[in-house]
Amino acid sequence: MSATDISKITEKSKWQDITPGNQIYGAGTSREFKTGEWRTQTPVWIPEKCKQCLLCVPVCPDSSIPVQNCERLDFDYDHCKGCGICAKVCPFDSITMKEGQ
Amino acid sequence: MSIRERLSGNEAISLAIKQINPDVMPAFPITPSTEIPQFVANYIANGKMDTEFIPVESEHSSMSATIGASAAGARALTATSSCGMALMWEELYVAASNRLPLALALVNRALSGPININCDHSDSMGARDTGWLQIYAENNQEVYDNMVQAFRISEHKDVMLPIMICQDGFITSHAVENIELLEDDVVKKFVGEYEPENYLLNPNQPMALGPYAVSNYYMETKMGQRTAMHNAKQVILDVAKEYEKISGRSYGFFEEYQLEDADYAILIIGSAAGTCKDAIDALRAQGKKVGLLKLRVFRPFPAEEIAAALSHCKSLAIMDRCDSFSGNGGPLGAEVSQALYNAQSSVLAVNYIYGLGGRDIRVEDFEDIYSRLERIAETGEITDQFDYIGLRR
Repeated sequence: MSATDISKITEKSKWQDITPGNQIYGAGTSREFKTGEWRTQTPVWIPEKCKQCLLCVPVCPDSSIPVQNCERLDFDYDHCKGCGICAKVCPFDSITMKEGQ
Repeated sequence: MSIRERLSGNEAISLAIKQINPDVMPAFPITPSTEIPQFVANYIANGKMDTEFIPVESEHSSMSATIGASAAGARALTATSSCGMALMWEELYVAASNRLPLALALVNRALSGPININCDHSDSMGARDTGWLQIYAENNQEVYDNMVQAFRISEHKDVMLPIMICQDGFITSHAVENIELLEDDVVKKFVGEYEPENYLLNPNQPMALGPYAVSNYYMETKMGQRTAMHNAKQVILDVAKEYEKISGRSYGFFEEYQLEDADYAILIIGSAAGTCKDAIDALRAQGKKVGLLKLRVFRPFPAEEIAAALSHCKSLAIMDRCDSFSGNGGPLGAEVSQALYNAQSSVLAVNYIYGLGGRDIRVEDFEDIYSRLERIAETGEITDQFDYIGLRR
């Protein structure tokens, strides 16, 4: 069986198009699963205040703070669920939480 | 050339397991199924098979390990009875809904309480809605034959469901009977290698198994499971036909004994069918038109086929070796009645419960049931819709 194209399995899929037992063939498919849709609160990054200490990166449960060349970038809003742990851990108030998506 | 032997039901099914030589067998002992893992462990220790045997600390673990092995891509099975199966409860559903074609050698025994080690069908009947295939045996020969056919049914790509091979505790599991066995290479060729399309230990195609399904997906998934159970009907018949070619023994959803022209019929599962046949022979000698439908396949339930086979009968006793405590008879009674109703059958049906906790049922009991059926057909009146047979009162 070739890898499951999970973008084709949606809430509109007929039962015949759902894999047996919901098995998913192929790795790394959670990337396609946009958990950001669950968010009711959204973290906002203020780069001017950020010292790039990177304390927020390892505490993010959804690996939604990308790092490049030893510096964090803006949030991966496709996957951030808005838990707020990053805002809590930031010593420099460079992350604030806003209501909604 | 088939081999003539004399074996108990537990010996027969263990020998079938040896011939199949599955990849993994986790098991935990419980009477009366204990001998099965014991015999298999002996075979392994003596170098007769190379199955990975996993001694576990409970039946919850044995079924979990069997599921894990099957998901990894192995042909796996376990054995249990009664409360052992009750401890597997959650996993039974997990095996079926994850579409894992593993097997369970079940030796039917009463559930507690009162605690009792003898035969009835409360354990497997309680698991009737778990999504497992269920095949029952009258005697040791059928136990062996059903086990040899098991994986061919469960692993079929249109099915992919777990299978329970059931036999009656002590009555078949421990009683020795003459039996005809197939040669090892014949069984090996018939069963074949298990080559799953997808499995967890496949490095070329990683997969996720048993993911969470929210309300938007759950019903569609269940429809797939239900369709697989429906597909199993044809597969069971096809496998039986192929098995007949190598064994000379034919199997279907049920066996009809003197049923073709019978006015009064009994429908029963398991070893008591043999006793019923003796009663039929005696009554037929007196010119009574009595017959039997011995159900072999309970899951999938062959409703239309049962109704058709009984359509000409005047009265019917559906015999349950298990009480549902629904106040409305036993599980077989409920399902057969539904089948008859849906087929707009005119058969007058009663539902009798017998043999709980190993209570014996005798030829005379069946003769008495047939005379009750005769009376029901003559008067058109049912006085006891539900009854316990062999109860002191």
